[in-house]
Formats: sequence, structure tokens, C-alpha cells
Amino acid sequence: MEHIDFSLVDWSRAQFALTALYHWIFVPLTLGLSFIIAIMETLYVKTGNPEWKRITKYWMSLFGINFAIGVATGIILEFEFGTNWSNYSWFVGDIFGAPLAIEGIMAFFMESTFIAIMFFGWNKVSKKFHLLSSWLVAIGSNLSALWILVANAWMQNPTGMQFNPETARNEMVDFWSILFSPVAINKFLHTITSGYVLASIFVIGISAWYIIRKREVILGKRSIVVAGTFGLIASLYLAFTGDGSAKAVAQYQPMKLAAMEGLYHGSENAPLVAIGILDDVEINVDEDHFIAELPIPGALSMLAFGDFDAFVPGIYDLVHGNEEQGIISYQEKIKIGKKSIDALKAYKVAKKEGNTNEAEKQLKIFKENYKYFGFGYYAGHDPHELIPPVKITFYAFHIMVSLGTYFILFFALMLFYTLKNKIQDKNFILKLAVWTIPLAFISQEAGWIVAEVGRQPWVIQDLMPTIAAVSKIATTNVIITFFLFLAVFTALLIAEFKIMLTQIKKGPEEISKN
Amino acid sequence: MFENLSLLALQEYWWLIISVLGAALVFLLFVQGGQTMIYKLGKTEIERKMIVNSLGRKWELTFSTLVVFGGAFFASFPLFYSTSFGGAYWVWMAILFAFIIQAVSYEYRTKANNFLGTKTYETFLFINGLLATVLLGAAVATFFTGSQFSVDFNRLTDLTSGEMPIISSWETPFYGLEAIWTTSNLAFLTNLSLGLAVFFLARLLANLYFINNIDDDTLYERNLKCLKNNSIVFLVFFLFFVIRLMFIDGFAVNETSKEVFMQPNKYFHNLIEMPIVLILFLVGVVLVLFGIYKALFKASKKGIWFSGSGTFLTVLALFFIAGYNNTSFYPSTFDLQSSLTIENSSSSHYTLTAMSYVSLMVPFVIAYIWYVWKAMDNEPITKQEVEEDNHMY
Ligand code: HDD
Ligand code: HEM
Ligand code: HEM
Repeated sequence: MEHIDFSLVDWSRAQFALTALYHWIFVPLTLGLSFIIAIMETLYVKTGNPEWKRITKYWMSLFGINFAIGVATGIILEFEFGTNWSNYSWFVGDIFGAPLAIEGIMAFFMESTFIAIMFFGWNKVSKKFHLLSSWLVAIGSNLSALWILVANAWMQNPTGMQFNPETARNEMVDFWSILFSPVAINKFLHTITSGYVLASIFVIGISAWYIIRKREVILGKRSIVVAGTFGLIASLYLAFTGDGSAKAVAQYQPMKLAAMEGLYHGSENAPLVAIGILDDVEINVDEDHFIAELPIPGALSMLAFGDFDAFVPGIYDLVHGNEEQGIISYQEKIKIGKKSIDALKAYKVAKKEGNTNEAEKQLKIFKENYKYFGFGYYAGHDPHELIPPVKITFYAFHIMVSLGTYFILFFALMLFYTLKNKIQDKNFILKLAVWTIPLAFISQEAGWIVAEVGRQPWVIQDLMPTIAAVSKIATTNVIITFFLFLAVFTALLIAEFKIMLTQIKKGPEEISKN
Repeated sequence: MFENLSLLALQEYWWLIISVLGAALVFLLFVQGGQTMIYKLGKTEIERKMIVNSLGRKWELTFSTLVVFGGAFFASFPLFYSTSFGGAYWVWMAILFAFIIQAVSYEYRTKANNFLGTKTYETFLFINGLLATVLLGAAVATFFTGSQFSVDFNRLTDLTSGEMPIISSWETPFYGLEAIWTTSNLAFLTNLSLGLAVFFLARLLANLYFINNIDDDTLYERNLKCLKNNSIVFLVFFLFFVIRLMFIDGFAVNETSKEVFMQPNKYFHNLIEMPIVLILFLVGVVLVLFGIYKALFKASKKGIWFSGSGTFLTVLALFFIAGYNNTSFYPSTFDLQSSLTIENSSSSHYTLTAMSYVSLMVPFVIAYIWYVWKAMDNEPITKQEVEEDNHMY
């Protein structure tokens, strides 16, 4: 294993991260805005008030601009599993391919078919059917989130499968346990609600901008009422599901949790660091690394395991093991993993030679040690290489949680003043609303950085590290496509941004005339 | 119900689904074909607007079909997904980039302050139309001519040789681009001729679609003229491809030992040995021609339905002879025994079964797509409509 091409792995990771982070700029807005639009159109159909139709059409036009680029950035992700993670695609394709295919059949067709009616069908189909179409677009986009997140959750917590030594891959044995794994459910609920929060903030921020300019005050206020209510409920639920996610992480990915909290030494009654600054040394796990911190005693134990006395393992404990708590060291896990890989190899040889006894013996060894299969690829390496980037994970997590808390207050404030009909006089709050829009995007990206950087180097937790997952292509090729993506996506993002701003400035008068 | 099928039967069923999606995709590529003729057909801004809006209501369908085609291939034949995508890297990347730039172009083309300018977005549409058709055609042609890769499962457990533990390996430094210049067995001619045939097929289908979908006399005349030229060129490339296909050695699989070997006139044999496929193929070709004939000589506006279903049947038949009847659908010329067949590259019995249940949704999906298409296209596009409505591309 001396010849692992780490630059290939790193560039492939960088490319995936780049494209995924771009995709995630647009997706949450689609997820939430589609529902907000459907709600507004429902109000239109219920009240028959043409003002609601105008409001609906206005937000729809912004939706369309966002949707197009969401689709453009999405297609590449699907195919990247093949182009850049080819070994991965075989190793787990039997399980992972299914949700992707279901997503296409169930969700993408629904979305793209009914979107045509949403945009072009106002005068072609009945009011009711148009409303139905808008709801189907919302449902379709959220269904696509379901399936892709099931796939992602499975990577964080592989269940419902069995390794088949003949085909050298994992095979699905229980579809339902994959779909209903606690990680999948939490992930799905937390992620779609995060989309609702972002879209609500987007609608409120733009509405506030109109109110500041004394334009479209009615549209602005009505939009704030719809989005504020939707957002407040969503943000409360978001915190709740975030807590659920953290508990799932604590249970299935203790190293990620330790990185999220910058926790080097585990303890019972572990403190939660509300605010903290880490120093630069990460490799040395013997010490703690906070330059400054504001700990809340016991809160982490409570948050992660619902018990102040629960032991939360730190990075040191996970790497070096902790006998008292029954934690095996990484060195030990590497040994176990290597045993498993070697046994698989010996099994194949024995099988080929027709030596059934030996084959069976090796198969048994293989299975007994399979749990840490992926660690085996790090034989001969320093186990510290298996620690994820702590600083990034820590800061990303804390940014997300602080913003999440702020958003709850924000929605409450906006709703309060709007319902009291005082919002037009609160210039400061209106401005705050505009500036909250970028914060919502930041918290979104931060969330995925926690989830994905925090699980490094695993593509499949404990079973497959990135070094065994990549496609074997000369690194230069990946570098070229990385920069091509960077250039193309950035150009398209700028275009989207400019068009969006122009449409907002133009305002609904010009956009939704008929 | 599906769980009682044998693994082989499920594999055959899924090759059928893949073939259906592939055939639908080729038909829907008329969107791409149309994109290469925006300026050829539309001489004024309003004419181009009609063309773009006519295509603009369909592009997502083609796009989603491609995505589902990819997803379904991943789920049912993952070894193809990892070997081909991870190996023929540049071909697929080029196709993907072509689709990335397409997806924004409709929505952004005429929007104010769109940063790149209308012309750029139109160029994007053109590039997409050209690359997607030619490259997809050429990529499918390698199902018959082969590629240079190796597959070795033992690499996964090899911790000592100093190689990366990667199962599939592409054996040329060009990662798939070599398909258009590999001279061995004149593969490049076969690949290119199918690529170009698909390109001109997409264009002629677009002509037929416009004739049906746009109500405008000038555009009608221009479409007819274009249709004639596209059809002639298409026929040249298509005939060349089909004749070559009948004569080349094909990648056959020994039924008992599963060894792959070269068999003279394999694809011709496949047609003869599977008479239903032969019939599909012939009916398909006749329908394509009949649609063109109706449009050119009978002033019919319904040509798209004949040529469209003909395209579907023809492509279906091509997929069938690539994968059925003990044939390797993704052959390796580098190492014959690495070649992929529907048997050695598929998902497990369990997954194929689960996915088969999912596939029952397909007729339902087709039904609502059909319904929406009808609702939207009952009235052909007119100048008036494009000028009035404000949500227009
Ligand atoms: C508006 C965006 C947003 C906001 C305000 C929050 N989250 Fe979040 N969070 C996400 C958007 C997000 C996300 C982008 O949707 C992620 C990324 C992966 C995932 O499952 O959801 C995520 C992941 C994520 C994870 C990692 C899950 C994993 O690795 O599987 C945890 C533990 C939390 N969140 C917890 C919280 C808590 C306790 C919050 C406090 C209110 C919170 N999040 C607010
Ligand atoms: C790496 C994983 C992902 C892959 C492979 C992927 C794939 C895709 C593809 C192929 C499209 C275009 C679909 C079309 O033809 O219309 C798309 C769009 C979309 N994806 Fe993703 N996606 C990923 C991550 C996500 C996540 C995490 C979510 C939601 C939680 C999501 C939600 C959506 C939505 C709502 C759309 C609709 C278009 C839009 O963004 O506005 N995707 N995705
Ligand atoms: C759209 C939302 C997503 C974002 C923003 C995102 C973000 C990231 C980031 C930042 C990385 C790089 C981590 C690193 O290399 O340090 C990464 C890696 C990866 N993610 Fe995600 N992710 C998203 C969704 C998904 C989904 C839904 C899946 C699977 C279904 C997925 C699968 C992967 C894979 C395979 C890698 C590469 C292997 C690795 O580096 O771990 N991602 N992602």
C-alpha cells in the first residue's frame, strides 16, 4: 500500500466537495420555496383574491431561476459516483444504486413534468389542476431529497446488507432497514426542514427589502406572514431534529461527534463547548487544544446520550482505546481489518484451488473481522491519519448551531412585528432580515461540512476509506475537471445571482403582469 | 411475484428496462437536434423564440430521462457504471458538461442582465445538441466495438503489490476519447458513424416535431427543406453503421463456461436467432422512413409520431442485440475475459427484485407525462402566444 496516490484521492474529494457544495446552494431553496409557493397558491384558490395570484407568480419566477441551476449542478453529482468513485460504485452499488434510481423514477420525472404546468399552464389547465401541479412539484422535490438522503445516511451507518465474497461487494438484504434506519429518518427530516428555514428567510429578506423601499408593501407583509409562520415552525422542528442528528452521530460515528465538539479527552459528565477557539495543533491528540472556551458542564453527555453521567469518548480515547469504557484502539482495528482483507484474499485462492476446507476457514475469519474491514487499508500507516479535520468540523458545527438558534428568534421577531402591523417602521429589523439571507446559506453549507468532513476518511463508515473508493485515473485529469467545474459553476452562479437581483429589483409589477 | 424469477430472468428484465430508457432517450434527443438548428430555422427573433419555447417545454423530459437512465444502470448493472464512467472519464465528462450548460440556458437566455449574454446561451444549446448526440451515439457504439479496460476483483484485497486496490482499470491514457480514433478493426468508423447517425436523426426528428408543434408557415417551409437534407445524411451514416455491424466479429459468450470469444457476424446472428428483435428492428426502420415520407410528400404534421416510435423500436432492437443472446454488452478489447455481460455485471437477486417492484411505477409515470404533454400541447405554438405570455424563454 505504499503506492496509494493520495493526490488523486484528495483531488477527487475536492471535486466532489466542490460540486456538492454548489448543488447545495440551490437545492434547499427549491425544497422550501416550492412549498411556500404551493401554500400561497392555495390561498389564491381559496380566496379567489388576484393579489395572491400575483404573489404566487412572483415567487414562482424566482423559483424558476434557482431551479434551473439546481438541476444543472445535480446531474454531475449522480454521475460522479461512477466517474470519480468507481470502486465505491461497485463495492456498494448493489445498495446505493437503488435509491438513486428510485429518486429518478419517482421524483425527478414528477418534478420536471409538473413544473411545465406550473410555469406555462396558467391558461391551459383548470385552476384546481394547476394548484395540484404546484403541490406535486413541491412533493416531487422533497421526495428526491428523501431518496438521496437515504443513500447518504446509509454511508454514515451501513445497515441492511451483507458482504458477498464471490462478487467482492456488499449486497442488499433488507430494503426497509435501509429506508427506515434512524440515521436516515433524522437526516431526511433535519435536511428538508433546513430547506424550509432557508426558503422562509429568503422570502422574508426580499419582502423586507421591498418594504424598506416602500414598494409592494402588501405583497411584502403577506409574504412575511406566510414565510414567517412556516419558518418559525420549521426552525423549531429543525433544532429538534438537529438534536436527533447529534444523538445519531454520537451513537454511530463517535469520532465525528468528538471532532464536532473538539473533544480530545472523553469523560463522564462531558461539557458542551458553547463557544471555543482551537489552536493549530491537531495531530497531537494527547492534549486538549482550546485556546479559549465557554463550556456548559455535563451538557454534551446529556445532549448525546440523554444522561449527564454518560461517557462521551474523545479523540484520544478513540485513537488509543480506552479499556475501561471498552473502546478498542485504532491500531487494533487496523489489525482486525487487515485480518479480514487477508482472509478474503486467502479465501479466493483456496476457492480457486478447490480447497473447500481452507476456503471455509478463511471465510469464517473474514466474517468475524469484517466489521473493521476498511481499517485494514491503513495497515502500516499512522492511525492518526484516520482523524478527520477537527477544526473545520468544530467551527462548522458551531456556526450552524448558533445560527439555528438565532433563526428561531428571528422568525418570532418578524412575525410579531408584522402581525402587529409595525414592521414598516422597524428599519433596523428590516435590514437585519435582508442580511440574514446570506447567513441562511452559510448555515446550510456548514451543516454539510459537519456531516461530510466529520466522517473522513470514510466513504462507508468503517468499511471503505476514500483511498479504496476512488477511480483509477491519472490525477491530472481530475485536476483539469476540478478547475473546469470551478469555472463553469462559478460563471453560472454569477449569472444566476445577477438575474435574480435584477428580477427582484424589477419587482412583481413587471414580472407577473397577466 | 418478482422474487420467484431466476436471477437470469431478472437480469434480462432489467436489460429490457435499460433498453427502454435508452430508446426513449434517443427519441427525446430531438430536443438536442432542435438546439442545433435555432439559427438555421429561425431568421428573426420571434421565430427563434417560438423554436426555443417549443423545445423549452420538453428539455427537462430528455434531461430527466438521461438521469434516470444513469440511475437505473447504476442500480441494475453497477459494474458497468463503475467501469465505464470511471474509465471512459472524458467521454462522460464531456457529455455531462454539455448537459450542465444546457440546463440553465433556456431559463437564462433572454433574462435581463444575464451575465453571459443571449448568444452565449444559444451557443451552449448548440454545443449540447452536438456533443450530447454524437458522444452518446459513439458511446453506445462501443457496446459493439469494445473498449480497453480490465476488471480484476482480486485487486480489492491486494495490499502488497503497490497498486491501488481498484477493481476496474482503463488501459489507455485517453480515458475513452480513443473511441473516435481507434483504428483496430476500424472501430472509430463504426463509433463515429453511429454518433453522426444519432446527431442527424435528432435533427430530423426535431424538424418533424416543429412541424407538429409550431403553427407558422415560414417555419414550416424551412423545416421541410431541412428535413430532407437531414434525412439523407442520416441515412448514409445509419446504413453504413448497420452494414458494418452485420459484418464485424462480435463479442459472444460461451453459454456454459461463460468465456467470452469473438464470433464472426455475431450481431447478424443475434438478429436471425431472435426473430422478434429482427421484426422490431425492421418495423422501426420502416416507421422512421414512413414518418419522413408522410411529412415530405403527404404534407402530414403527424410524422413525428411515426418516426418517433420507429426510432424507439430501432434503438430498442440495437440494445437487445448488444445484451441478449449470450452477448457481452460492454466488451473489452484489452482483456476479452474482462468483458461485461448482463450476467456478470448485475446487482444481486434481492436488489433486482426490489427494483423490479419500483419499475411497476413506470407505466404510471408515462401516463402522467403523456397527460401533461397533451394538456400543454393541444394547441400548437403561435407567434401570438409567444409575444403575449410573459413567462417565456
Ligand atoms: C439552515 C440550515 C441549518 C441549521 C440552522 C441547522 N442545521 Fe444541522 N444540518 C443542516 C442544516 C442546518 C443540513 C445542511 O441539512 C445538514 C447537513 C447533513 C444533514 O444531514 O443535514 C445538517 C447536519 C447536522 C448534523 C450532522 C448530521 C450527520 O453528520 O449526519 C448535526 C448533528 C446537526 N445538523 C445538528 C444541528 C443542530 C443541533 C442545530 C441547531 C439548531 C442545527 N443543526 C441547525
Ligand atoms: C450527491 C448526492 C446528490 C446527487 C447524486 C443528486 C442528483 C441530482 C440530479 C441528477 C438532479 C437533476 C434532476 C433533474 O433531472 O431534474 C438533482 C436536482 C435536485 N436535487 Fe440533487 N443530488 C444530490 C444531492 C442532493 C441532496 C442532498 C438533496 C436534498 C436534500 C437534493 C435535492 C435535489 C432537488 C430538490 C433537485 C431539484 C432541482 C433543484 O435543485 O432545484 N440533491 N440532484
Ligand atoms: C448536496 C449536499 C452535500 C454536500 C454539500 C456535501 C458535501 C461534501 C463535502 C464537503 C465533502 C468532502 C469531504 C472531504 O473530502 O473532506 C463530501 C464528500 C462526499 N460526499 Fe457529500 N455532500 C452532500 C451530499 C452528499 C450525498 C447526498 C451523498 C451520497 C448520497 C454524498 C456523498 C459523498 C461522497 C461519496 C463523498 C466523497 C468521499 C468523501 O470524501 O467522503 N454527499 N461531501
